[in-house]
Amino acid sequence: MFMIFGYPVALLFGQLLLGLINGAFYALLSLGLAIIFGMLNIINFAHGALFMVGAFVAWMLQNYLGLDYWWALILSPLIVGAFAVVLEKTVICRLYRIDHLYGLLLTFGLALILEGLFRNEYGSSGLPYRIPQALSGGANLGFMFMPLYRGWVVLVAVVTCLAVWLVIEKTSIGAKLRAATENPGLVQAFGVNVPRMITLTYAAGVALAAFAGVLAAPIYSVNPNMGSNLIIVVFAVVVIGGMGSILGSIVTGFGLGVAEGLTKVFYPQASATVIFVVMVIVLLARPAGLFGKAA
Amino acid sequence: MIARRSLLAGSAAAAVIAPRVRAQGAKPRIKLGVLNDMSGPYRDTGGPLSITCVQQAVQDFGDHGFAVDVINADHGNKPDQGASIARRWYDEDGVDVILDVPTSSVALAVSTVTKEKNKVNLNSGAGTVDLTGSQCNPNTIQWTYDVYMLAKSTGGAMVKSGGDSWFFVTADYVFGQQLASEGAKFVKAAGGKVLGETRYPFPATNDFSSFLLQAQTSGAKVLGLANAGADTINCIKQAAEFGLTQRMKLAALLMFISDVNGLGLQTAQGLTLTESFYWDLNDRTRAFSARLKQKAPDVRADMDQAGCYSAALHYLKAVADMGVANAKANGAAVVARMKAMPTDDDAFGKGSVREDGRGMFPAYLFEVKSPAESQAPWDYYKLIATTPAGEAYRPLAEGGCPLVHT
Repeated sequence: MFMIFGYPVALLFGQLLLGLINGAFYALLSLGLAIIFGMLNIINFAHGALFMVGAFVAWMLQNYLGLDYWWALILSPLIVGAFAVVLEKTVICRLYRIDHLYGLLLTFGLALILEGLFRNEYGSSGLPYRIPQALSGGANLGFMFMPLYRGWVVLVAVVTCLAVWLVIEKTSIGAKLRAATENPGLVQAFGVNVPRMITLTYAAGVALAAFAGVLAAPIYSVNPNMGSNLIIVVFAVVVIGGMGSILGSIVTGFGLGVAEGLTKVFYPQASATVIFVVMVIVLLARPAGLFGKAA
Repeated sequence: MIARRSLLAGSAAAAVIAPRVRAQGAKPRIKLGVLNDMSGPYRDTGGPLSITCVQQAVQDFGDHGFAVDVINADHGNKPDQGASIARRWYDEDGVDVILDVPTSSVALAVSTVTKEKNKVNLNSGAGTVDLTGSQCNPNTIQWTYDVYMLAKSTGGAMVKSGGDSWFFVTADYVFGQQLASEGAKFVKAAGGKVLGETRYPFPATNDFSSFLLQAQTSGAKVLGLANAGADTINCIKQAAEFGLTQRMKLAALLMFISDVNGLGLQTAQGLTLTESFYWDLNDRTRAFSARLKQKAPDVRADMDQAGCYSAALHYLKAVADMGVANAKANGAAVVARMKAMPTDDDAFGKGSVREDGRGMFPAYLFEVKSPAESQAPWDYYKLIATTPAGEAYRPLAEGGCPLVHT
C-alpha cells in the first residue's frame, strides 16, 4: 500500500474528507455567529445552546407531532428563529449601546438557562434521532465508506453558505444591512426600518444555528450539552476568519476542519488544541483575522 | 385570594409538621449526603435517581429508633468542588456518610477527605480501581463496579466469542486510560492481540469518525470503547453510520441502561455490556423496581443508582447494629462493621464487602435486545453470562491496598 509519512494514503484521504465534513458544521455555525457579530456587534454566546435547541425541536416535532426530518429541516429553524425574535425584542435590544462584555455575559447566561431547562426535562444521556430513510446507507469510495448522510450535510452546508454570502454581498437587502452596520442613523433617514432589520438579522443567524442542529441530530447524541463542546471551536473559527467576516467564516470553517482531521491521525491528543494553536499564530501575524478589516 | 389560600394551606401544613419535628427531635439522627453530577454528562447515570434510591433505602429500612435525613449536592465533576462540599458537609452540616460520587477524580478526592474526617464514603458511581488499590482507606467502600470488572466481563467474553484482535478508542484521562489498559490485559491474557489505540481529548470531542476510520483501517475485529456517557453514544451512532458495525464488533466497556435508552434499540441492538444490576433480572430486582417506580415512574435504575440503594441500606443496618452514637463517632468502625456483616437486599441480592473496601457482587454480561425482542418499555437486556462475585474483581493481593495484610 502507498504510504505518506508512514501512514497509508487511503487513511489520509479519508481523514481529509472527514475534515471537510466537520468543517461544514463549523462553517454553518460560524456563519450565523459572524452575521450576528457583523450586524449587531453582539458576541452571541448562546449560539451553541440554540444549535442544541434546534436539534431538540427536531426531536420534539418527530415525537410529539409525528413530523419527520424533512419537516424539521424547515420548521425547526422557523420556530427557533421566532424564539430569537422574542429574545431580541425583550433582552438583546438593550445591549446595543453598552459595552460588549454585557452582551457576552447575557448571552452566556441565556445559554446556561437553556441548557439547564433541557437537562431538567430530558436528562443528560441524549435522545435517539435516526437518519432519514432516504439518506441512510452509503457508498464505498475505495479508501473509505462514505455515509450518504455526511455527503448530504456537506452539500447542504456549501449551498447554504453560498446563498447567505450571495444575499449579503450581492443583493439590495444585503447592501442595506451592510450600510446599517456602518451608519444606522443615515440608513434610517433613507426610510429603512433599521430596528426591524436588526431583529430579523439576529433571527436569521439563530435560524442558521437551529438548521445546523437539525443536520447534526442524526449523527451526534442529541443532548443538552451538544452545543457547548462545539461552540468554543466555532468561536475560534470566527476569530481566525476575522470577526464578522462572512467569507472568512466559511473558508476558515472548512480549512480548520481539515487541519483538525489530519491532526487526529498524526497526534490525536492534540486534535482539540490544534485550532487554538492556529488561532494564536493567526492573531500574532494578523490581529484582525485572515479576512477581517483592521480596525 | 390566591395568596390568602396558599397562606392558609401553608399554616395548616406547618401545624401538621411542627409536632412531628418536635417528636423527631428527640430521636438521634443520621444524615446521608448524596454527592453526584446533577447538571452534567453523568446526570442520568446517577443524578436525581440516585437520591430517590437512597430515599427508597431509608423507607425500606423502616423505623429503628433513629431518624434519617437525606440531602444532596452537585459536584459538577470537579474534584475541588467535590472535596469542598464534602468538607462542609462533615464539618458544618453533620453529614455522616457520602454516597454515589461518580467521576473517578472526584471520587478519590472525596475519599481522602472522608478518611481525614473519619466519616464514611460509599462510592457507587466511580470506576477507578485505585479506590480499592493504592489509595484505599478504612473509611471507603466501592460498591457497584470498577474498570477491572468491566474489562474482565466484557473483554473476556468478546475474546472467547472470537473477537481476538482489538482496537481501542480511549478518552484521554485517568478513567479511559485505566479502562483501556485493563481491557488490553484481558485481551492479551485470553490469547488476543491489541492492534492499536487512539486517545482523543476529553471532553472536547464531538466527532469520532476519524478515530473510527483508523480503527477500521487497522483490520481489528473488535472496537473497544474505553469511554462513557455521551462519548460512547456518539461513537456507537457514528460507527453504525460509517458501516463499521458490519465488519467489527463493538465492545462498549462502560455503558448504562440510560445510555441504551438514549441510543434507541435500533442502533444499540446487539451490543454487549456489563452491569451489576438490571431491573428485570429476577423477582427481587423486579420487586425493588416496582417500589422505585412509584417515586420515579418514567425511568429505571442502572447499577450506579441501585448501588446507592444497596449501600445505603447496608450502612443503615450497620448503624442499627452498633448504635447511632458509636456510628457517628467513628466512621472507620462503621465500615469495619459493614465489612463484617454479609449484605442482603433486593437490588444486589446476597453479597459481601471485602477487606480492601470492594463490594463483592456478580457481574452480569448482557446483550442489548433488538426492537422486535423488546416487549415493554425498558425491556432492553438479555443475560448472556454471569461472573461470580469471587471472580469478577481484581484479586486482593494484586491491588496493593495498604489495608490488606497477606
